Amino acid sequence: MANMIPISTITVGSGGSAAIEFTGIPQTYTDLKILGSARTVRSGASSDYLEIRFNGSSSAAYQYITFQGDGSAVSSSSGGSGLSGTAIGFDRFPSSTATANTFGNFELYIPNYTASINKSVSSDTVSENNATAAFAVLQASIWANTAPINSIRFSIGGGTLIDIYSTFTLYGIRKY
Amino acid sequence: MPLKTGYGITKKEHRMTDTKVVVNCTTGETSIVTLDSEEIAQREADALAFSAAETARLEAEEAATAAKASAQSKLAALGLTTEEIAALTR
Repeated sequence: MANMIPISTITVGSGGSAAIEFTGIPQTYTDLKILGSARTVRSGASSDYLEIRFNGSSSAAYQYITFQGDGSAVSSSSGGSGLSGTAIGFDRFPSSTATANTFGNFELYIPNYTASINKSVSSDTVSENNATAAFAVLQASIWANTAPINSIRFSIGGGTLIDIYSTFTLYGIRKY
Repeated sequence: MPLKTGYGITKKEHRMTDTKVVVNCTTGETSIVTLDSEEIAQREADALAFSAAETARLEAEEAATAAKASAQSKLAALGLTTEEIAALTR
């Protein structure tokens, strides 16, 4: 039976932050899972994205595909074709013009993070917004690097800050 | 950018946009860390790329909407009813 053990939580404080980062991740679990809720500061925009990088690497080795419903249509898109991306573009979170005090919720799963293989990532996100345009997003991603993951960084995408009270909790998954 | 204090001493301007929250999962220590020059350059490049991508996406959406309206207009000119056009474009 899988056990889900909380490792660390980061809550963004007053004034927001350009990024948050988990470092020194223990190498004693089978998989990693991150649950969170986030909002960004991006002038004139109702939604935004974050960028995910592993082990501080901005090398071109990331690729992802996105499926989303936006309240009026469904669509798909991709980024980092041919492993050319320098980060995972992690969609999609409420931003400055979205309903006040709403946050997007997400679940992100990283299997076999210590194995000497390329790392796959899956995520499920919703951007809460009291309006028609609210997103439900599924993403599958890859980081083409065989190093064990020892740090994970979420940084601001199109905006300037991850907003106050955004919260990220890292869990370790043990399959025994 | 260095700021002058009242005593003529300079100090580095501290902006939240230049910091990140870091937690060391091994020690449990949380700290506020100033972004390094590479991270700042990356953020600025990302913002520019995102702006360009958003512009391209909006232009593509507008072009698709205009093409759809044009096609519907041409179908109507051929004598198709509104219901028939809707059935084709559904």
